[in-house]
Amino acid sequence: MTSSLFFNITTFAYLISMLVFFAFLASRSKSVGTAAIAVTYGGLFVQTVAIGLRWKESYDMGVGHAPMSNLYESIVFFSWTIVLIYAILDIKYKYRVIGAFVMPFALLGMAWAQLGMNTGIEPLVPALQSNWLLYHVITCFLGYAAFAVACGISIMYLIKAGSEAVADKPAGNTLLAMFPPTKVLDDLNYRSIMIGFPLLTLGIITGAAWANYAWGTYWSWDPKETWSLIVWFVYAAFLHARITKGWVGKRAAWLSIIGFAATIFCYLGVNLFLSGLHSYGK
Amino acid sequence: MTTQKKDFLHSLWDFFCSLKLTMFLLISLAIISIIGTVIPQGTPAPEYLAQISTTKLSLYKTLGFFDMYHSWWFILLLYLLTVNLTACSIKRLPHIWKIITCPVTILNDSLERSLTNVVTFKSTDDTTALKERIVAVLGAEFTTPGVIEADGAWHLFAQKTPWCRLSVYAVHLSIIVIFIGTIIGSLFGYKAYVNIMEGDSVSKVVTRSEKEIDLGFSVRCDKFSAAFYDTGAPKEFKSILTVLENGKPVPGFDHKAIIVNDPLTYKGITFYQSSYGDASKFLFTTTDLDGKNAVPLTVMGNGSATLPDGSSMHVLETTPEIGEYSPGLTGPAAHIEIHTPDGNSEKVVVYANHPNLNIEHAKHHGKGPVLHFNGGEKRSYTGLQVAKDPGVWVVWLGCFLMVIGIFAAFFLSHRRIWVRIQGGSVTVGGNASKNPGAFQLTFERLVEQLKADITKEKQP
Ligand code: HEM
Repeated sequence: MTSSLFFNITTFAYLISMLVFFAFLASRSKSVGTAAIAVTYGGLFVQTVAIGLRWKESYDMGVGHAPMSNLYESIVFFSWTIVLIYAILDIKYKYRVIGAFVMPFALLGMAWAQLGMNTGIEPLVPALQSNWLLYHVITCFLGYAAFAVACGISIMYLIKAGSEAVADKPAGNTLLAMFPPTKVLDDLNYRSIMIGFPLLTLGIITGAAWANYAWGTYWSWDPKETWSLIVWFVYAAFLHARITKGWVGKRAAWLSIIGFAATIFCYLGVNLFLSGLHSYGK
Repeated sequence: MTTQKKDFLHSLWDFFCSLKLTMFLLISLAIISIIGTVIPQGTPAPEYLAQISTTKLSLYKTLGFFDMYHSWWFILLLYLLTVNLTACSIKRLPHIWKIITCPVTILNDSLERSLTNVVTFKSTDDTTALKERIVAVLGAEFTTPGVIEADGAWHLFAQKTPWCRLSVYAVHLSIIVIFIGTIIGSLFGYKAYVNIMEGDSVSKVVTRSEKEIDLGFSVRCDKFSAAFYDTGAPKEFKSILTVLENGKPVPGFDHKAIIVNDPLTYKGITFYQSSYGDASKFLFTTTDLDGKNAVPLTVMGNGSATLPDGSSMHVLETTPEIGEYSPGLTGPAAHIEIHTPDGNSEKVVVYANHPNLNIEHAKHHGKGPVLHFNGGEKRSYTGLQVAKDPGVWVVWLGCFLMVIGIFAAFFLSHRRIWVRIQGGSVTVGGNASKNPGAFQLTFERLVEQLKADITKEKQP
C-alpha cells in the first residue's frame, strides 16, 4: 500500500515542522517561520494525497469506503483537520507562531496512529454502511480540530498573560515576544471556537439524523452522545462567557482548554474507559 | 407588603434574566451529565449490581441515577434553562427590535462619542452637491442611505443586514422548538420491538414500557438472511418484509428488502433491522439400545434438550443430505453435542436413514439412550425495532433553525454608517455588531473613497 508510505512521510513532515516552529520561537527569524509553515503545508499536501490514496485502495480491495471508519483512520483524519484549520487561520490572520502550539497535536495524532495502531483497511460492518457516516465524521472532526487549535491558542494566552502579570509589563524579552498580544490571542481563541461550534452542532445533528434514520431514535443518551452534548454545553458556556462580565480573558481560556479536554474524552475516553461499563447495558 | 412582593418578583425576574444563571446552568448540565455516562442507564445488568455495595445501590436508586436523564432534577435543570432563555429574550428583544425597526438615523454628539470609527474632514463644496456625491458613493460602495435634513445639516444613514441581530434569538428559539418536538414524540409516539419468524406475520408490537400496540395492519417476514465477510465480520443483515392490509399485500410494500441503515416506513411507522436469531426446530426420537420405547424429542435451533438419562444435547449443524459429506450414506443427518451428567461431552453425528449406525454408536459408548434424527426445519426470525415519532419533524425544524441561526449569529454583522454634512465639514461614523476588526478596514476604505471622490470633483 503506497498510502502508508505517504502517511509515514506526513508524520515525519509534522515532526520537522514542529521542531522548526520551536526554532522559530527561539530565533525570532522570519525566514525560519516561513520554512516552518512551508514544511507544514507540504505535510498537509502529502497527507491529503495519502488519504485519497487510501480511499482508492479500499475500492481496489473491493471493500470501498471513505477512510474514516475505525480508530486509526479517524486519528489520521483528525490530524489532517487540525492542520487544515491551522492553515486557514494562518492564511486569514498570519499569526504563524501559533503553529508551535498546534503542530504538536497533529504530530501526536499521526505518531500514535503510525506507530501504535493496526493500519489495515477493514470492510465496513452493517451499522456503518451509510453516507451519513461521511457527513457525520467530517463535521465532527472539523469541529474537534478547531477546538484543538483554540486550545493551543488558549495555552499561549495563559503563558503570555501569566508572564505579563509577573513582569507587570508587556513581555519584550525572550520567546514571548513572538506571541501575538493577549488581546489578539483572546480574539483568535473566540474565532476558532466560532468555526468549531457550528461544526460541532452540525456534527451532533448529523449524528442524531443518522441514528434516527438507522434505528428510529435520534437521541438515546448513550455515553458518546452525552459526552458530545457535554462538549457542546462547555463551548456554549464559552460563547456566553464573552457577554458576561468577569468571564473573559483567563477564565475564557480555561473554558476553552476544558472544552478541548472534554472533546478528547468524548472522542477517545468514551471508547477507552466507558465502553467497559457501557457494555453491561448491552 | 405589596412593595415587598414587588421587590421579590423583581428580583426573581432579574434572577431569571441573568447570564450568570446561564453560565451556571450550562456548566452544571455539562458536569451533571457525566454521571449517566459512568453509571449504566436503564436496567443495570446483574454483573454490575453484584459489583457495587447495597448502600450505593439504594442511594443510586433514590437519586434516580439509573435513569438520570429522565429524573426530576435533570428535567428541572432543562426547565430552568428554558425559563432563563425565555426571560433573557423577553428582556432584550424589545431593545433589539427597536434597533432594527427604528434605527437612530441622526449622528448627534452622544452617538458620535460612542462610536470607535469616526472621521471628520473639510470640504468647501456646496453642501447639497456634497450630499449628492456622498449618497452616490455610499450607494455604490455600501448601500443607499436615507437622507434627512435637520438643524441645518444633512444626515445620511445607511445600514446592512440589520435583521441578523435576530439570529441569536433564532438560535435560542430553536432550542425551545427542539424541546417541543421531543415532547410531541414522547406523548404521541412510541418505540417498540418485535420478532417475526420467517413466514409469519404480526399486527401487534410491544413497546419498551411493555404496552401492546395494534399497528392497524400486519407485517410479514418473508425471509431473513445474514452475510459475512471472509474475516467473519458481519457484512449484511437483510429482512424481506411485506405489509399486509386485511391479509392482502399492499402494492409497493410487497417483498421489500430492509437492511441496517435502510428501514421501511408505512403509515408513519418505521421498521428497522435490529437483530435476528435462530428459530429452527429439529425432531429426534430416543430409543433403548434395542430400538424399543421410542420417545419423540423436539430441539430448538438455539436451545437444548434433556435426554432420559439426564444428559443434555444441542444441535450444532444439520444437513438434509449427508451423502454430500459421507459417500455411501443418504438422507438427513444432524451434528449434535451431548453433555453427560458426569461432566463429559462428546460430539456425534446422528442419521435419519441409518438407525443401525445410531445404535452402533450408542452401544460403543455405553448403555444409551439412542438418538435418531427425523429432520427438521431451518428457520430464522428477524428482530425489528418499530418506531413512530410524529415530533421528529419539529426536532429537525429546530435543528435547521439552530444551524442557520448560529451561522448568521457568527458570520453576519449589522453594519451602520452615519454621515453628517454641516458647515463645510463632513463627519462619518460607523459601527458593526460583529467582527469590529474587519469592519474597521471596510470603514477606512469607504472614507478614503469618499475623500478621493470629493477631491476629484474639485480638480476641474
Ligand atoms: C439559559 C439559556 C440561555 C440564555 C439565557 C442565553 C442568553 C443569551 C444572550 C443574552 C446572548 C447575547 C445576545 C446578544 O448579544 O444580544 C446569547 C448569545 C448566544 N447564545 Fe445564548 N443563551 C442561552 C442558551 C444558549 C444555548 C444552549 C445555546 C446553544 C446553541 C446558545 C447560543 C448562543 C449563541 C450562538 C449566541 C451568540 C454568541 C455570540 O455572538 O458570540 N445560547 N445568549
